[in-house]
Amino acid sequence: MLAAKVMLEQGIHVEGINFYTGFCVEGHTHAIRNHEHAKPKRNNALWTAEQLGIKLHIIEVIEEYKDVVINPKHGYGANLNPCLDCKGFMVRKAREWMEKNGFDFIITGEVLGQRPMSQRRDTMPVVARESGAFDKLLRPLCAKLLPETLPEREGWVDRSKLLDFNGRSRKPQMALAAKYGFKDYAQPAGGCCFLTNEQYSHKLADLWSTRGSKQYEFDDIMLLKVGRHLRPRPNFKLIVGRDEGENNFLEGYRKRFIHLHATSHEGPLVLIDGTVNEEDLELAARLTARFGKGREAESVTLTMTDMQGNSRELRVAPMLANEIPPEWYL
Amino acid sequence: MSHFVLDARYLLCPMPVIRTQNRIAELSPGDTLEVQATDPGALHDIPAWCRVHGHVIVSIAHADKEVSITLRVTAA
Repeated sequence: MLAAKVMLEQGIHVEGINFYTGFCVEGHTHAIRNHEHAKPKRNNALWTAEQLGIKLHIIEVIEEYKDVVINPKHGYGANLNPCLDCKGFMVRKAREWMEKNGFDFIITGEVLGQRPMSQRRDTMPVVARESGAFDKLLRPLCAKLLPETLPEREGWVDRSKLLDFNGRSRKPQMALAAKYGFKDYAQPAGGCCFLTNEQYSHKLADLWSTRGSKQYEFDDIMLLKVGRHLRPRPNFKLIVGRDEGENNFLEGYRKRFIHLHATSHEGPLVLIDGTVNEEDLELAARLTARFGKGREAESVTLTMTDMQGNSRELRVAPMLANEIPPEWYL
Repeated sequence: MSHFVLDARYLLCPMPVIRTQNRIAELSPGDTLEVQATDPGALHDIPAWCRVHGHVIVSIAHADKEVSITLRVTAA
């Protein structure tokens, strides 16, 4: 938002690009969960474009992005976040869009030293090089600390009016936002990707390890965002809806999984991901009962439905809290 | 000028707005597009996307769990 504003102030025509990878925290999450105190629903990229008065193009890169997540040339960060490869990928896609649509250069809101992996003095040139953008990539917020780029050399942009932000503190950005009169702005970078989330990364690693290969489909990564995930046995895990919104979302997937729900008490919809025998089913049913309102009852009646749509009733004693080892929770 | 319908039901945001954007790229000024969605986020995102691109919202209907947004494509 700030980088775009700095350019707009110089009379540069700016249009925004927002990439949708499937791992974005915004979007689906607000649609799935019940948030009693949530802010009004909005897409922050669109909202920002509107505040700036610029066009925004949202580009879906779900399939292409898989290679970034599965085979990151520069490795992962603290979790399964391939930040440097991701930045290179997105700037490359932006370069392709720029060339196709007759634009002259790319700007990003990066700040030198802001992020530990992708915004260091030694890695920022890697992004410029590997994206193929080279000196057509301008970072207005820290440009004075970096070599001159094409738009500066050509005089399209006045370098003296660019900035020299450096380091992890966001105070300079907040001061600049205040100067421009921005009272509200989207969450700063880093918290908007599920791959930076430890718990999500743990679930993705579990998915890869139990399937025996580092692959995923869009539905896999969507389901990792939703519900409690428990793996009581190596051959199956449970996805347990945590509220009405999640139960409704999981409803859409129920035909692809054996699923359970209590009929004698209120409770969640639970999907079973994996292959199960009778003993596993009973365990799954006892866990399902544990997460419903019958958790203190002597027994709970549930309906189990297989992937062919055949249903049968199960009656089980809910599992006690202390019977669930913490390591079952993914 | 023609009328088109886009079924974006059961997609979660931002997919309905991405599908809308991609469909509009194939249409001509004056055409209308009715977008059907089930994610209530579409009620916010699609009008916002139209505002930044200059397309006109003709009507918005919200019944039960379904949303219907009709917009007119402009030359913007």
